Amino acid sequence: MLTITDLLKTYPTGTAALKGVNFSIDEPQVVAIIGPSGSGKSTLIRCINRLIEPTSGKVELEGTNITALSHRQLRKARRRMGMIFQEYNLVERLTVMENALSGRLGYVSFWQAFRRKFPPEDVAKAFQLLDRVGLEGYHNTRADALSGGERQRVGIARALMQNPALLLVDEPTASLDPKTSRQVMRLLVELSKEFGTLTLVNIHDVGLAQMFADRIIGLRLGEVVFDGTADQVTEQVLTDIYGEEDWSATIRKIPEGEDEEDEDDKEIKPTIHPN
Amino acid sequence: MTATHQNSAPEAPQAPREWHTIKLIENPTYRYGLIALAMVYFAFALSTLDVDWSRIYTGLPRAGDIFVRMVPPDFSRWSLLLRGILESVQIALAASFFGMILAIPLGLCGARNLVPRPIYLVARTLFVLTRSFHEIIIAIFFVKIFGFGPLAGVLTLIVASTNFIAKMLAEDIENMPAGQLEAIRATGASFPKLLIYCISPQALPRYLGVSIYRLDANIRHSTVVGIVGAGGIGQVLAATFTRYDYDFSLAILICIVGLVFIGEFFSNWVRGRLR
Repeated sequence: MLTITDLLKTYPTGTAALKGVNFSIDEPQVVAIIGPSGSGKSTLIRCINRLIEPTSGKVELEGTNITALSHRQLRKARRRMGMIFQEYNLVERLTVMENALSGRLGYVSFWQAFRRKFPPEDVAKAFQLLDRVGLEGYHNTRADALSGGERQRVGIARALMQNPALLLVDEPTASLDPKTSRQVMRLLVELSKEFGTLTLVNIHDVGLAQMFADRIIGLRLGEVVFDGTADQVTEQVLTDIYGEEDWSATIRKIPEGEDEEDEDDKEIKPTIHPN
Repeated sequence: MTATHQNSAPEAPQAPREWHTIKLIENPTYRYGLIALAMVYFAFALSTLDVDWSRIYTGLPRAGDIFVRMVPPDFSRWSLLLRGILESVQIALAASFFGMILAIPLGLCGARNLVPRPIYLVARTLFVLTRSFHEIIIAIFFVKIFGFGPLAGVLTLIVASTNFIAKMLAEDIENMPAGQLEAIRATGASFPKLLIYCISPQALPRYLGVSIYRLDANIRHSTVVGIVGAGGIGQVLAATFTRYDYDFSLAILICIVGLVFIGEFFSNWVRGRLR
């Protein structure tokens, strides 16, 4: 459903952020993209919805060649690509509800947006989603009054309001504490499954990636150097991606008899609440 | 005990133990040279100014005479006074109103993060051009074109207000976190929707604050542009000086002080409430 072919991005400064990235994902699942700072993770997901214009290459989502679209068509295509950010990027002076509804901006008319008059089914969906992400009763709170974890929940709700086929998630937990990080990641993964979205997550925390992702793609200096499942991430793989370091403590200890995602979660749980 | 503790500092070979503050100009020759140069220039400037001490000497009793003739202030022509004050307030209000409206498109065009570079450069050039002429010069210009009276005053202050509010708005938009714009763009929102859903809520409070501040400034400036014939209380004041009606002048000056006080108070009150 998402195919990336020879994606190349060279910034005007001459920095080659992506040097021909290729991968293909056939079904809705959670894919973590790991790699050191400057490896091109952020550039990669921004090239997919063309917040950053790729230099060359092709991005295909559900059979549509995103890279060939005109601006108008691109806006339409972006509606199917929700985005979640490290810094949440809510409109601070708007309420939680308005922020969630902003996910519908690509669907409603200018006057509807101007008057904040969204269709009743959008409003109903927003209420439902905000409840689902755990923000019941926060609808009229201004976004700048929320904590980091709460803001990220609004960010998730906003992205899902778009009714996306693809979720692009840029370091969702890098500004959050370890416990909130896990809660947010768990929520994100659960909702991806519920909504049947393909979710691409840029993430620094290798442990979190292994815990939650179905597939992991390792990026180094703008090139894919690893593409496999969480279990296939070995010390050698991490050395290939990040460089030489003692990785023995980073690799997830695979519990015996692990089959299912949920069970895996429970196995890990004791380490989530250390105190 | 404490003494031994203090003495127990290691007496190993140490890095040089000198420290100094950072001087604005490190090289002492340049530093003292510049100070000397500034003093020489000051002496030179004083000598070329050709201050005529005899004129100051004869002027002093004249100043005393003017002040004596000013008191008591003469409020007998209160209807003329009131008309002048009202006209000034009207000039200020009208100029602020049109300035606020014109400043929006100009301010948007002057924000680097919103518009293509050519538009940005044109808007910025306009800012510099209108700012390089003092209001008095613009007022003289408009008086030459449209004749004496409040129209010239209103037009002058519209130019100044538009420029001021637009510049502040542009700077405010440029300082907005890029992430919010990115997030709203990523939903598939068009540029007009971005304006009303993201930029307007974030920029509105400061825009209103700046506009109210400008209204206060316009009340002060409306008294000044009157002196060159652009209407308002300033024009009445200028007339009293030429006719040696110093007692009436003082009455006008007292009223201007009162007016500016009220404007300042109102402006502070509103801006305090906008936060």
